[in-house]
Amino acid sequence: MTQTVVPPVALATGTRHRRAARVWSGWGFVGPFMAVFALVFLAPIAYSLYLSVFRKQLVGGNSFVGLDNYQRAFSDPQFWSAVGRVGLFLVVQVPIMLGIALLVALAIDSGRLYGRNFFRISIFLPYAVPAVVATLMWGFMYGTRFGLIGNINEAFGVHLPDPLSSGLVLASIGNIVTWEFVGYNMLIFYSALRTVPTSLYEAAEIDGAGQWRIIAAIKLPAIRGALVIATIFSIIGSFQLFNEPSILQSLAPNTITTFFTPNLYAYSLSFSGQQYNYSATVAIIMGVITMVIAYVVQLRGMRKEA
Amino acid sequence: MSTPTEPKTRRSTSALRTGRRGPRKRSVDQPRRSVTMTVLTTLVGIYSLVPLAWLLINATKTQASLFDSFGLWFSGDFALWDNIVETLTYNDGIFVRWLGNTLLYVVLGAGGATALAVLGGYGLAKFNFPGKRGVFATVIGAVAVPGTALAVPTFLMFSQMGLTNTPWSVIIPSLISPFGLYLMWTFAAEAIPTELMEAARMDGAGELRTFWQISLPLLAPGVVTVLLFTMVATWNNYFLPLIMLKNPDWYPLTLGLNAWNAQAATAGGEAIFNLVITGALLTIVPLIAAFLVLQRYWQSGLAAGSVKE
Repeated sequence: MTQTVVPPVALATGTRHRRAARVWSGWGFVGPFMAVFALVFLAPIAYSLYLSVFRKQLVGGNSFVGLDNYQRAFSDPQFWSAVGRVGLFLVVQVPIMLGIALLVALAIDSGRLYGRNFFRISIFLPYAVPAVVATLMWGFMYGTRFGLIGNINEAFGVHLPDPLSSGLVLASIGNIVTWEFVGYNMLIFYSALRTVPTSLYEAAEIDGAGQWRIIAAIKLPAIRGALVIATIFSIIGSFQLFNEPSILQSLAPNTITTFFTPNLYAYSLSFSGQQYNYSATVAIIMGVITMVIAYVVQLRGMRKEA
Repeated sequence: MSTPTEPKTRRSTSALRTGRRGPRKRSVDQPRRSVTMTVLTTLVGIYSLVPLAWLLINATKTQASLFDSFGLWFSGDFALWDNIVETLTYNDGIFVRWLGNTLLYVVLGAGGATALAVLGGYGLAKFNFPGKRGVFATVIGAVAVPGTALAVPTFLMFSQMGLTNTPWSVIIPSLISPFGLYLMWTFAAEAIPTELMEAARMDGAGELRTFWQISLPLLAPGVVTVLLFTMVATWNNYFLPLIMLKNPDWYPLTLGLNAWNAQAATAGGEAIFNLVITGALLTIVPLIAAFLVLQRYWQSGLAAGSVKE
């Protein structure tokens, strides 16, 4: 890190006390964050670990059950179907979203677009729209009653499949999430691209490299850090999928089950089932899966750089 | 960030004018504009803007004409003002109450989160202190834990403390923004020359005074960026208030809108889709306005933050 350079002045013994104080003064700045962090991050994590090894019974109250809850989760088909669903979502939606974001960022950065600033802002705008509003909006548009799908069916006399039917609802959710976050990721890539010195491109052009070659050999390696971070954020986001399916539930109650995603499952377990202990277990397992995958992506991403 | 690129734009316009005469020698500074690329990007632009246009258009329709007019064009009667008035007064003006709640959560939550992130990021970037590596590892590790995974235990903890169903249950968890901390950390490491802090200390300024008078002004673009992003996070928050709040009087806008939408599905509930749509429009206008007005600041702040890994 950038660190306090020791002043080149010979320090008299009188200033030693002040320097010792400065060693701790960093805590004065970091302390408030860490105190609240401990309350809203560390304490709940510790508490859910505690919850996950107990079980509450109608008779006998709270009892220690060791890893029983974990065993139950590992053989719970509803839980694994939810994990499979977000896994599928992850491998399909995240590459599409990041791919579009990267292409747009490269296009805007190339300086070959008409109206570049307009695109940068308008593609980013959906990020400022709350997930609730985005989902309601798309949910209405998907609707066959007064949505665009209904309009198209009427106007052309066709019968498009209902986007909220069970076969398509996951893709429809993927579309909403993509719409919300393409611009955000685009902006992260674009900001990283702006920091690449243009002299590199000039040198490559003189050497006769084409645009695609420049992208592959200079631009992509230069923004690898941003690519890795965006990928990790997207993975975490996919595994946490909750808002969109939960809100669509009122528009498509039959296709979105209470165990549609792991988080929806954990939510239903505790708030409609009162199974707090099992719910905490499900949450912990999802947390561990997310961390492992994020960590692997980070390791791979950084290793390639070397 | 946009400043250094402006001359480039001007120059390439002239390049376009003279570019007719055949393959002109191009350079990095004067790329030729591409119609194909513009068309392709326009498709993404349309994709991004059409839903917003749909929202705006349909906010002008009555509940009845929502069902019998084409979605992407206006119906005969222009009911936007009526819809706004009805949204604001429906059910004794509960929407205004939700708006006030949202503002409360945003001011205290996002404001507090920004203050903590700025202080923490500055401390991490500019000081060596015992346990610094531990702080870094803990924060990065905890970020990977799904927020929703924390929700259940946080809810149980808060309910034992008697905090659920009060504004505090929404505000306190909003105070932590690991992304904000990360952004301020990378930003402070770049924006503040350590020599400047040393000079202030030599002149006898305490750490707090150095922070206020020397460092904070240099951090301004980063602060605006973090403030905007934490504002979006708290303004758009749905899951946290969903579990913490039972009393509709404390709902933020997001929960309220969802409740209005769900109302149509309940037995005997009045369908008020025109109010849901108008309310949704009113909910996003302030944030979009903030992003548009403050572009210059947050774009440069984000640029600095994304440099580092």
